[in-house]
Amino acid sequence: MSKQILEKILKKFPSDIVSSHSMFGNETVEIKKESFYKLIEFLKDSRQFEIDMLVDITCVDYPYQSNRFMMVYHLYSTTLKHRVRVKTALLEENPTIESIVPLWESANWLEREVFDMFGVIFKNHPNLKRILLYDSFKGYPLRKDYPITQRQPIVGPLN
Amino acid sequence: MSDENSRTLMDAGDLESSSMHINLGPSHPAMHGVVRITLDVDGEKVLSSELEIGYLHRGFEKSAENKRYTQIFPYTDRLNYVSPLLNNFGFALAVEKLLGIEAPRRTQFIRVILGEISRITDHLTCNGAVMMELGGFTPFLYAIKARERLYKIIEKVTGARLTVNYSRVGGLRGDLPENFREELLAILKEVEEDLKDIDTLVTRNRIFMDRLVGIGVITKADCIKWGITGPVARASGFDYDIRRDHPYFVYDELDFDVPIGVNGDNYDRFLVRAEEINQSIKIIKQALDLLPNGPIQVSDPRIVMPDKTKIYNTIESMTANFKLTIDGIKVPAGEIYSFTEAGNGELGFYIVSDGTGYPYRVRVRPPCFFNTQALPNMINGGTIGDIVPTFGSINMIAGELDR
Repeated sequence: MSKQILEKILKKFPSDIVSSHSMFGNETVEIKKESFYKLIEFLKDSRQFEIDMLVDITCVDYPYQSNRFMMVYHLYSTTLKHRVRVKTALLEENPTIESIVPLWESANWLEREVFDMFGVIFKNHPNLKRILLYDSFKGYPLRKDYPITQRQPIVGPLN
Repeated sequence: MSDENSRTLMDAGDLESSSMHINLGPSHPAMHGVVRITLDVDGEKVLSSELEIGYLHRGFEKSAENKRYTQIFPYTDRLNYVSPLLNNFGFALAVEKLLGIEAPRRTQFIRVILGEISRITDHLTCNGAVMMELGGFTPFLYAIKARERLYKIIEKVTGARLTVNYSRVGGLRGDLPENFREELLAILKEVEEDLKDIDTLVTRNRIFMDRLVGIGVITKADCIKWGITGPVARASGFDYDIRRDHPYFVYDELDFDVPIGVNGDNYDRFLVRAEEINQSIKIIKQALDLLPNGPIQVSDPRIVMPDKTKIYNTIESMTANFKLTIDGIKVPAGEIYSFTEAGNGELGFYIVSDGTGYPYRVRVRPPCFFNTQALPNMINGGTIGDIVPTFGSINMIAGELDR
């Protein structure tokens, strides 16, 4: 079943898929940013796949590439028990992507965390602010150019 | 005059009233760990609520990128600190899949046994806390007594109660002690007695049920929408257990049931956890019977340190020891999402490797992140007093939530 997903996606979006693989049984497609939302919507609405659960959203930083931020979405079908991973690359100068909160409400905190840690902006997100760190924190700690030794203690009362 | 008085009394209902703003936490005895809930209340009724998390953020993912694979294990202990072994094994499984190896059979059985013991301690902590927060201090002590018995055996195997650091890539740090089987069976017997005590004292207790039945309800559809897994989801009727649906280790050889709730309220969550403890005991007993002899580590010298006597006596082993210490385990480039059933649900590790001894990216999918995110849905519309048992029964663990 999982293999069929890749074939179906490739057939549906022939020109937008950048690459695909199924390493270790994790079916993965990388899609251009322009068609990303359409693909997620297609997967969610499609009767064949019955993808109904958003498992995880995260990001990987590749500082030496122009497509610096690789967004990674893990999706799962609770009825057919298969998974698919959708990736899409964002440019370093414009790290914005469509928010998928309208499709899954659980994306709310996940996207806030990616914003918090990587500085990726989610368009149409209802409440995009830092979640794990405090508001006056400077920089995005999970970017590779943020040194692990850097410290930013909060001094004094917040307000 | 009297006419005027009655008029004022009647108009009191039309007076402008406003909701009150209340902070619950961050430091509050009922907030396990630190989390802050800001509430808008009208009298006792909760109108809306917002959660603020991150007080225990310590940069697990950033630290993991700067450590060798073996060095990450102590950090995974601190994710879900009431069931650290499950995190240990989950991470080991992810790296092993990435390396394309499988741990020896004995190791897999030991992982199942110790993992289930950890699941019991996790559920006992959660159920115990729910009972205590409703005023029942005695059953809480029963639960903690049972948990302590299990911690003792964990301490005997790993050397620590909580910060176990027991698993390794491709195996375990050490084998089980002598007489492990007999001791564990004796302890399980005692634990079963404790569980019986708790059951007779609490489960059908009228006061207890009044506080839990029909409170903090979340439906199956909402569970799927919010990504909730584990006991909370199963209590709502969402039949999803990774041990059964996507078996790892040797779970497919063992026979166990997955308890499912109906109403998705606090009481069902309590019952599901209580029944899962029984199922875990059943799994442990089967696994103890099937436990084979054999090595506990793979024999690949690129992954596992050589024997100490060999390190001191042969140049090859000394070199291998040196290389493993300095460079770490070289994991081939690739990415994996590996998931196991932890105490709270699906614990996922997404690891990206670039072929060096350090992971390029480690992402944890913490199960209680999703439970906690959906909490406002469960408490809005209820009363302030119901927040505490609801919050207790979703079992938020701050170490895992904030990483």
